[in-house]
Amino acid sequence: MSQTSFDAALGHSKEGDAGQRVPPDWEQLLRTMLCIRNFEDQVKGLFGSGLVRGSTHLCQGQEAISVGVCSQLTPGDVVSCTYRGHGAVLAAGAEMDAAFAEILGREGGLCGGKGGSMHLADLSKGIIGSNAIVGAQLPIAIGAGLAAQHRKTGKVSVAFTGDGSTNIGAFHESVNMAAVWRLPVVVVIENNHYGEYSPLAATTAITRLCDRAVSYGIPGVLVDGNDLQAVQRVAADAFVRARQGEGPTLIEADTYRHEGHSRSDPAKYRPEGELEEWLGRDPIPRFEEVVRAAGAASPEQLESIRAEVQVEVKSALERAKSWPEPAAERLYEDVYR
Amino acid sequence: MSEQLSCREAISLAIADEMDADPDVILFGEDVGAAGGVFKSTVGLFERFGPERVRDTPISEQAIVGTAIGAAIMGLRPIAEIMFADFAGVAFDQLANQLAKLRYLTGGQANLPVTVRMANGAGAGFAAQHSQATENWFLNVPGLKIAVPGTVEDCYSLLRAAVRDDDPVLVFEHKNLLGMKGDIPSGPYRLGEAALVRPGRDVTVVATQQMRHRAVEAANILAGEGIELEVIDPRTLVPFDDAKVAESLARTARLLVVQEGPPGGGWGASLIARMAQSHFHCFDVPPRLVASAETPIPYAGCLEDAWLPGYQDVIEAARDLVSS
Repeated sequence: MSQTSFDAALGHSKEGDAGQRVPPDWEQLLRTMLCIRNFEDQVKGLFGSGLVRGSTHLCQGQEAISVGVCSQLTPGDVVSCTYRGHGAVLAAGAEMDAAFAEILGREGGLCGGKGGSMHLADLSKGIIGSNAIVGAQLPIAIGAGLAAQHRKTGKVSVAFTGDGSTNIGAFHESVNMAAVWRLPVVVVIENNHYGEYSPLAATTAITRLCDRAVSYGIPGVLVDGNDLQAVQRVAADAFVRARQGEGPTLIEADTYRHEGHSRSDPAKYRPEGELEEWLGRDPIPRFEEVVRAAGAASPEQLESIRAEVQVEVKSALERAKSWPEPAAERLYEDVYR
Repeated sequence: MSEQLSCREAISLAIADEMDADPDVILFGEDVGAAGGVFKSTVGLFERFGPERVRDTPISEQAIVGTAIGAAIMGLRPIAEIMFADFAGVAFDQLANQLAKLRYLTGGQANLPVTVRMANGAGAGFAAQHSQATENWFLNVPGLKIAVPGTVEDCYSLLRAAVRDDDPVLVFEHKNLLGMKGDIPSGPYRLGEAALVRPGRDVTVVATQQMRHRAVEAANILAGEGIELEVIDPRTLVPFDDAKVAESLARTARLLVVQEGPPGGGWGASLIARMAQSHFHCFDVPPRLVASAETPIPYAGCLEDAWLPGYQDVIEAARDLVSS
């Protein structure tokens, strides 16, 4: 989709973000996005140096969705996400050092080194897990919503999912069941336009995935996933609906991943110029520009925030690296209670 | 003595008793509510506990199992039904990749007190996609417990134990036994304890569900010939009460396992392998596995009868073991 038609679909003018008001917690939001960006850059480096096993799926470029949606969480809400989930997990409050440690397979990792990059979870923060099977977190997220409804907690279960997952059976089963039972669930499709190596158009006959909401009788909302405050607004509406017992909302957040699908994918299938076009819509500089234009911070202040976050992420990584690998007997623990 | 109940009534009673005892217990599945279950094993629960705790679902097996997982992680004790055990194939990812693994993958953070009920087994003319005893599909997936009740007592007690267990338990309820009558036991209700069904000195016979009853039939006939079978029902396949089998084998020196389902990759073959490995010195003769034919389950009555091991097959195998 071209920039023009994309903006038209979102009802945006060419003026873009200029003139947006800045939220009072802008610095926290910016820092979290920067944390995720730096975290992912570091993970990429760790792979290069052979410190990470298996595969990893990076989310540079998609930070505004994780941060925008998770900014609406209150204690007791529940988050689940995809294997491209480092961003969502960090945005939901997981400690950076423990997340690094999990990816490095260390005892002090979020899951004791049993899960790795594709399986980050921190139940103490309501993060019930990233999931390595496409879309498999959706039925589980529905169950968390059912628990909230059953106990009348007023809490919400938010599930991030990818564009590719909208074609699996469990997506349909889950969204339908959430709709039938009016569960307090928010499903956020992070549409980065590629299901693994295949462009969306090659696998999906519709262009706007939120249109699927019609078939479940629930609201479907399209949002520019690289516009932090726009994401916050649609998420806020969806959370209100959920908390008021009005049932689920399907949000499609349009975005792009700067990296390939996984560590072994150089993303050669992308048409020339596409990445560059999306880099021009990178959510972080965009939000920084909003902050600067509103006079909330000077370029120098923004630069020093970037530098501080970089140091913070690096020191979290150094801590994680210093932690030991799991003891051998851990192999047999946690299979059963 | 109180009136005897059928297996289906015992199942319904076990669920009701757990729901009475714990407000976190909920039940859902296809037609388990207003209709009382396709097998009438949940009759009366919807009326008694209401549509919030007894929910009819869409025909969505993946969502049913996944919903149970998510609800359990958040502290409920869901009982999910996926009707015919064959339909477990539709939900295999949620059962084998999610339910079985999430405690491990989260480093022990996730508690998974999930009970999944399914109707098992052949003999009623449902053909190949509604007749399988599918418990063997899950033997190779650490993290799941597997219950295979074969009596009214066990339908009640194993289901109550499953609901109270903090691990996922798959409970297979045999379709051909649902009408059988028996007494409701008092507690405690535990998983992992085999039952000595019938004592005997000559051959240790291990069998579950429908096969357990056929083994007893065979034992009664062979007793007339002076051959005494000791019939053991493991009641749960995970955990498996190896000790009870080994103790019996040490006396009889002969092992016969009777399994509904093809022989390969099943609990019967696994049990024989374990016993051969750890108790080789006990065997007087090679162990024997009586199992179903290695074919899909046929529809025609005569073919399905031929597919299922019968008491005659048990008798022949036992005679062989004793005479060799």
